[in-house]
Amino acid sequence: MAAIAREYRTVRQITGPLMLVEGVEGVTYGELADIKRADGDIRRGRVLEVNGDKALVQVFEGTSGLAPQDVKIKFLGKGLEIGVSQDMLGRVFDGFGHPIDDGPSIIPEKYLNVNGDPMNPYARDYPNEFIQTGISTIDLLNTLVRGQKLPLFSGSGLPHSRLAAQIARQATVLKTGEKFAVVFAAMGITFEESEFFVADFRRTGAIERSVLFINLADGPPIERLSLPRTALTTAEFLAFEKNMHVLVILTDMTNYCEALREISAARREVPGRRGYPGYLYTDLSTLYERAGRIKGRTGSITQIPVLTMPEDDKTHPVPDLTGYITEGQIIIHRGLHAQGIYPPVDVLPSLSRLKDKGIGEGKTREDHADVMNQLYSAYARGKEAKELAVVLGESALSEEDVLFVKFSDAFESRFVRQGEDENRTIEESLRIGWELLGMLPKGELKRVRDVFVERYYPKP
Amino acid sequence: MISTQGSVIKVSGPLVVARGLVGARMYEMVRVGEARLFGEIIEIRDDDYSIQVYEETEGIGPGQPVWRTGEPLSVELGPGLIRSIYDGVQRPLDALQRDFGDYVVRGAERPALDRDRQWSFAPAVRVGDEVVAGDVLGTVQESKLVLHKIMVPPGIVGKVVKIGALIGNVDTEVAVLEAPKGNVSITMVQRWPVRQSRPVARKLMPTLPLVTGQRVIDMFFPMAQGGTACVPGPFGSGKTVVQHQLAKWADARIIVYVGCGERGNEMTDVLMEFPHLKDPSSGEALMERTVLVANTSNMPVAAREASVFTGIAIAEYFRDMGYSVALMADSTSRWAEAMREISGRLEEMPGEEGYPAYLGSRIASFYERAGNVICLGSDQRPASVSIIGAVSPPGGDLSEPVVQATLRVVKVYWGLDDKLAFARHFPAVNWLTSYSLYQEIVDASADSQVAKDWSEIRTRAMTLLQQEAELEELVRLVGVDSLAADDRLLMHAARMIREDFLHQNAFDDRDTYTSLGKQYNLLSLILHYYDYARTALQGGASLDGLTKLAVLDEVARAKLIPEEARDQFDYLKERITGDIRALLPHT
Repeated sequence: MAAIAREYRTVRQITGPLMLVEGVEGVTYGELADIKRADGDIRRGRVLEVNGDKALVQVFEGTSGLAPQDVKIKFLGKGLEIGVSQDMLGRVFDGFGHPIDDGPSIIPEKYLNVNGDPMNPYARDYPNEFIQTGISTIDLLNTLVRGQKLPLFSGSGLPHSRLAAQIARQATVLKTGEKFAVVFAAMGITFEESEFFVADFRRTGAIERSVLFINLADGPPIERLSLPRTALTTAEFLAFEKNMHVLVILTDMTNYCEALREISAARREVPGRRGYPGYLYTDLSTLYERAGRIKGRTGSITQIPVLTMPEDDKTHPVPDLTGYITEGQIIIHRGLHAQGIYPPVDVLPSLSRLKDKGIGEGKTREDHADVMNQLYSAYARGKEAKELAVVLGESALSEEDVLFVKFSDAFESRFVRQGEDENRTIEESLRIGWELLGMLPKGELKRVRDVFVERYYPKP
Repeated sequence: MISTQGSVIKVSGPLVVARGLVGARMYEMVRVGEARLFGEIIEIRDDDYSIQVYEETEGIGPGQPVWRTGEPLSVELGPGLIRSIYDGVQRPLDALQRDFGDYVVRGAERPALDRDRQWSFAPAVRVGDEVVAGDVLGTVQESKLVLHKIMVPPGIVGKVVKIGALIGNVDTEVAVLEAPKGNVSITMVQRWPVRQSRPVARKLMPTLPLVTGQRVIDMFFPMAQGGTACVPGPFGSGKTVVQHQLAKWADARIIVYVGCGERGNEMTDVLMEFPHLKDPSSGEALMERTVLVANTSNMPVAAREASVFTGIAIAEYFRDMGYSVALMADSTSRWAEAMREISGRLEEMPGEEGYPAYLGSRIASFYERAGNVICLGSDQRPASVSIIGAVSPPGGDLSEPVVQATLRVVKVYWGLDDKLAFARHFPAVNWLTSYSLYQEIVDASADSQVAKDWSEIRTRAMTLLQQEAELEELVRLVGVDSLAADDRLLMHAARMIREDFLHQNAFDDRDTYTSLGKQYNLLSLILHYYDYARTALQGGASLDGLTKLAVLDEVARAKLIPEEARDQFDYLKERITGDIRALLPHT
């Protein structure tokens, strides 16, 4: 159906990143185009709308320096594709899949359209296998499972990047002999952040099993829109054709949404909430829903999107719509960070919706669910008592309350807090959990079955 | 397929404009481009036909052909619907996976009803019988739970000239009717345009409760067969779990579950769990009465818009057989967003928050397809369709257009509260803001069927909960110590209602479903305690003693008492009476 590639010199309008070309023939929606300037400058674009002989083209690199009269545009007869290969592991790319690490170019095993097709719900397999991140607050309390999408909700100035990097290098599946890979997609991050990630991946050797896609804050916003799709297409290739368990880290989704809003405004679309386009939910879901497992295939795609909530506001459209699509959320807390606790994961509002299917005997340990519930409820009770003490004074606390306050302090400093290079196994996390529960009398452990109290309660 | 062929002139996302489709009508289905994508005409201006396309339009461009089908978006109705999983335009997802792979590819097409399956047709009329639309010609045992009735399609009257027992696929002719305009051949399959409601003899007011086994719903905010309900709540408040619970335990004969723009893994969860769950009344797998429509959030947005109509058309078809049908739509907000997206592409004048101005009337016309009815057909069978829609308001803000438009038409409101969810109180239905306008209907039924003081204890319990809310305000200001002893006892009793009655664990085998009888036992047990304790308090018993009775631990576990061992409630009542009496000072 693609017509013969023809060149046009009929650009009539340029507004923002958009270009209107007239007199075209055989152009299709979503088709790619090369835009050449007389001096040899070549850019890429994509057809956003065709109407009769007019095509609206979005220029990826931006339109700065282009003039209607000295531009030639050639339609390529195909959509946005990426050449994928297993050799991409260990390398760094831009949002279109071009290497940016001075290494040799990739010889693609095949070309794939970056938009992908939606996974048939009937073909999905339910996520129920434990992934160990080495972070106690995630592994024990908000367990991540293969095929899940579990975002980090953070705020500006909080250490979500360090946490994301730590998860990327530590994440592993408990069964031996299974291949694990990380696809790291960075959108609109600063040079410093980007350097931090690349250096961290190199320092720890994690780069060997990783593919990095990076678009800097001053890079074109349109690249920011294609980057997660390029990254996820690569992830799908590694997961479902190379049988790897792929962890995809998407950071920062807020930047991605800003870029989407920018392009939408340039197209003069009717805005929805806070100026974001009405299709923000649909657009985000076409990224997040690419996580999952498929029946009969070995590999899996697990996503950890990272986003910064403007003003730490969970009802802002970006975290709000993300929360409606993802399966839970890990919330990074400013107060804990201020107390010097790393990683400052706020356990109480954090949630992994799929945790129950991935824990217990044969997956982690028999007492996992009970310990999780008990730690959660004891910590909640301690926090409540602390709040009471703020209002009514410490003297108003009962003896029990004081015990729980002590427990919650110890919980934050020993369980939540851990080193940036400290990779705790699930056994270690459980051990620390039991040590803390040992501060409480056995009678208070109402959520743990008696057999487990007998077996694991610390002996004096 | 009609031979008229037009051609594309414009493509913008899911919206395609074509020219030359002479004679095409509004909402007619068309096939677009060489890829033969599914589309529907949604606007006509002169010779320009705007088409919403149900699949990704990449690669479509001006000049490509567009074919008419001569038919509006329709569903196939016949044996084989039960246990199926369809996308928003009734493509069978299991067959697509078998034939096209693990991803939903464009232009993929398979008949909604499997033509390879053989059904055994048993006639219910004889040659020479006069029949009218809606009359049952015969039956097919579709699943262990569903006897599928093959009916005379709407608009047909005649005399049976041929009928007989046979085995064949859905296209097999099962009867021939001699009608005024010539003979009509009837097969096991009907087609019906989804945007049009199927006719009924007449509509009635709802009179029967829809029992769900969920205590907060059945006792305090009950639903009626043929009624409408909505479940709004911010993310994480448990909307989907509530919808799943209703799909599992509601005492409807047929369940249609529409996953509209939601998570893929949730549909997988339903698919994996339902075949293993047992229907409480029949003991058969729940899947034997369930039809799934799954258009997940990443599937094409136009098909999402259609999915709700596909679901309701299937629900109405089963209703016409004389069954009570319940339809769950999760989530209607995603459906409304799909309308907004299409409306934006059509460059229509937006209403509130960019939603089209017709949002309210579309939502109303969907919920109005629910109802308690007398079906077509000479036997006047009663039946119903109940609709339960989830709403996902952005940021949990209930003033937004979709929630408001929904509240104008639905009769039951189960408001989910993130504060309750945060405190791990599930189902997080806020008992102070929720309401049900079917209360009287259900009371009348329960007072005569379950216990004569059903409505009385419900009113008392609700009063306690409301008094608790007022007292809590006071406690926040002055501390609990300054309350009078009887008020503190009241708060204790209200807490028991919340924790021991309202709180229900969907993932516990015994707690997930509670019969009306047991609900009554449980609530009256708590009120029994409160009555005796209050009298004892006046008689000089200590508050501390009353609130720390050992038997209260057993009351807390009473929700786990098996349905068949309900005499334990009487035993507990006696113990409460005795233990409280022991606390009274000896005179």
